[in-house]
Amino acid sequence: MRLFPGSERDPRRQNRVRRGDQVTAWLMVTPSVLLIGLFGIVPVGWSFLLSFQRNDLQTPAQWVGLRNYRQLAHDPVFTDSVRHTVVYTVLFVPLTLLLSLLVAAALNRRVRGMSVYRLAVFVPVVTSTVATGVIFSWLLDPEFGLVNAVLGKLGLPTFGFFSSPHGALFAVVAMTVWGWVGFGALIFLAGLQSVPGDLLEAAAIDGCTRLGAFWRIQVPLLRPVSAFLLVWLTINSLQLFDEVYVTTKGGPLHSTTVVVYYLYQQAFTFFHAGYAAAIACVLFVVIAIVTAIQLRLTRDANPTGAGR
Amino acid sequence: MTAGDTTPARRAGRPRTGAGVRSRRPSGWHLLLVPLALVMLVPLIWMLLTSLSTLEETRRFPPGLPSSLHWGNYRQAWAESPFAHWLLNSAIVSLTCVISNLVLCSMAGYAFARIRFAGSRLVFAAILATLMVPFQVVMIPTLLIVKHLGLVDSLPALIAPNLVTPFGIYLLRQFFLSLPVELEEAALIDGASRWRLLSRILLPLMGPPLSTVAVLTFLSVWNDFLWPLVVTSSPSTMTVQIGLATFQSAHFTNWPVLMAGTLLSQLPVLALFLAGQRYFVSSIANTGIK
Repeated sequence: MRLFPGSERDPRRQNRVRRGDQVTAWLMVTPSVLLIGLFGIVPVGWSFLLSFQRNDLQTPAQWVGLRNYRQLAHDPVFTDSVRHTVVYTVLFVPLTLLLSLLVAAALNRRVRGMSVYRLAVFVPVVTSTVATGVIFSWLLDPEFGLVNAVLGKLGLPTFGFFSSPHGALFAVVAMTVWGWVGFGALIFLAGLQSVPGDLLEAAAIDGCTRLGAFWRIQVPLLRPVSAFLLVWLTINSLQLFDEVYVTTKGGPLHSTTVVVYYLYQQAFTFFHAGYAAAIACVLFVVIAIVTAIQLRLTRDANPTGAGR
Repeated sequence: MTAGDTTPARRAGRPRTGAGVRSRRPSGWHLLLVPLALVMLVPLIWMLLTSLSTLEETRRFPPGLPSSLHWGNYRQAWAESPFAHWLLNSAIVSLTCVISNLVLCSMAGYAFARIRFAGSRLVFAAILATLMVPFQVVMIPTLLIVKHLGLVDSLPALIAPNLVTPFGIYLLRQFFLSLPVELEEAALIDGASRWRLLSRILLPLMGPPLSTVAVLTFLSVWNDFLWPLVVTSSPSTMTVQIGLATFQSAHFTNWPVLMAGTLLSQLPVLALFLAGQRYFVSSIANTGIK
């Protein structure tokens, strides 16, 4: 993608440069520039500075050099939170991608009543993360929750999902997959609908089964869409917070303390804002690296360059 | 044409797509689609059913349908908390941000797309770069800035960081670039100002992208949790999401009332989604933002 298509070499554009345009243009962008500067750019540098300070958000900050980072390296709770975030991401991202693809394939049919099915799948997309957390706390309630009732009916043992240190993280995965599958399916469905029908007809004439056409033609053509989703879901799962805050508050026994939850705790429960800023900077670097790697991998795997 | 189909290729003539592959055995798909739809809807249906049950009914095993529709839970949720106030706060904050995003993003998007001015490349690149910064990274300094401005625990604190989104600028700039230059030239030669050109000629053509920005801004601000959690503390400034979280910790044993509150917090978004679902769906699909 070129960021600046139609740049100055276009003669028509040069003719249109008029006196006063400079002023007009700056008048048009100034409010946005000021706001984005104040709330988007200044805080990045400030966060970096904060990470070298001791700061309780009240009294004047104190410069401590690399101490926050050194402390971070030896903080067992931080190490745990990184591990939980990695486990969560490794489960959440592939599961959501695969389920979204299958759901999108099922929704990409001309079947009577399809709009109702699509509606059902997409509603969780607009449901807020807080509401999702509250609803799942009730569904997974150890005593009176619907899920345990169903398990009981099937003769399976009941389970205290969010109250078990061994199961809570998986319960969070299940809940967030529910919240995101509709989103993934939406994106995949948009991609599937742009696959030319002729291609599928040609494949059918050549004796390709529908399932074969799906895996050999449609899925490969979805590569740019999948790459986008992969990056997007990974970034979002590294930032997991809302659902954890609402359901488990990082517990039981820290088992769902993920990186952003720990960051929040350090900043606003313990008032270690400098330490929290160091966590934020580490998170930023990790997200940047992971994104770069994923983009590179998906680009290499896509030699035609047919990406968006 | 759905509202989100903005690419020229699609407007020129819709290519035959894989969308309409007719199944030879349509009934087979229903066997797959009905359970799928149910799995996705069960949590929401269960929320609705619980919100209409009595407390005793939720303590039954196995659980079942409510014997009668117990609307009292809604009254109780509404009466025991400033729910109306929270909803109003959310509405004020979301709508302000929607309007300001529409105005500011279209101005900036137009300038970056169509006027060559000193520093435009650098400034635009800087704006795009902020897209890559997760909010958690800038959260603490943002709080400190809001504190310096004396806005902590106020509606302006909720609004200010969301007044304009880099993504909105980017999206609208792309759309302005796709409009034919000839459209503007005639007006400019006739002596119209850039402002007039933008407001009278270009914006009326931009229903789909402007609605996309509106939908995405509304959804993200209404459903936002972390920033309101950090910056508000008194019930009178909370948004409905924060209100719901505090309501939850106060009522987690009274599931029917809690579910009624949860439904109330989602009602505006659900209603909007159902009313404009075609539009909602295509704007999210075309831009890929949750």
